[in-house]
Amino acid sequence: MSESLITDAARSAIGQSQPPITVEVSRREIQKYSLATQQVQQKYLDGDEAPPMFLFGLLRPLTPIDELGPDGIARDASLPDLPLKRVMAGGTEMIWSRPIRPGDVLTATKTLSGIEEKQGKTGPLIFLHYTLNVVDVDGKPVVKERSTRICR
Amino acid sequence: MSRFANIKVGDRLPEKNHTATEISLFLYNAAIWNPHRIHYDAPYTLEIEKHPAIVIDGPLQGDWLAQCVTDWLGQDGELVTFSYANRRASYLGETLTATGEITEKDEVAGTVNVRLGIRNEAGEIIAPGSATVRFSEA
Repeated sequence: MSESLITDAARSAIGQSQPPITVEVSRREIQKYSLATQQVQQKYLDGDEAPPMFLFGLLRPLTPIDELGPDGIARDASLPDLPLKRVMAGGTEMIWSRPIRPGDVLTATKTLSGIEEKQGKTGPLIFLHYTLNVVDVDGKPVVKERSTRICR
Repeated sequence: MSRFANIKVGDRLPEKNHTATEISLFLYNAAIWNPHRIHYDAPYTLEIEKHPAIVIDGPLQGDWLAQCVTDWLGQDGELVTFSYANRRASYLGETLTATGEITEKDEVAGTVNVRLGIRNEAGEIIAPGSATVRFSEA
């Protein structure tokens, strides 16, 4: 068994949450997303309700341009320091309590829930598992998400 | 008879083709605030990140899977769970097809499970997914 690629520092990040972010949802932002993704349902195009995957863009960090790398990517605060630097999206699973609507003020908390090391066909892989909990102003659940990122 | 009563395991959801363009990818990445150059800068994408062409965003394919199930459901119920994973990259110029099939039906809960998939032109499922929907009048 070779030495683990997961450092103690990375391991100690398990269970830690990033500072929660709060976002205000506007009808126009839903409309832009719905047009860009060529939605067909009127409730999405009118911005009365957000398509499920609107959540992904809604919670992306708004990084200033001079803090972006030459690839256009912002440094990701949710990534622990690991020896494998190429990061790919694994899978995402959402459990919805209700759709997102304009005027919602949502608070999202992302937690690193686990790190696993696996042997891939082309070398070692590190799987990072996250949970994301999104609640409304009354603290009522809107959506919970479990996602995985793969470092190679 | 309610719409739910007529649903059978094995039923297929309407398929839909999606062909991304420079314009649709630009608007999508602007809408989600994603400045990664592999989605709009062809020389950079080929020379530096060594892709054969502009890359179609994985989460955009996730959206097409979500559309497959929510457009089929319409106003007859609500989405309870939705999952997907990107297994292979896809590039500008490809037409991708969103597909779905009923895999389970719970008569008591009024829920239906759907297997979803993004199929490329070679016939491979490059983004599998699944969803559970609850019908309001089951």
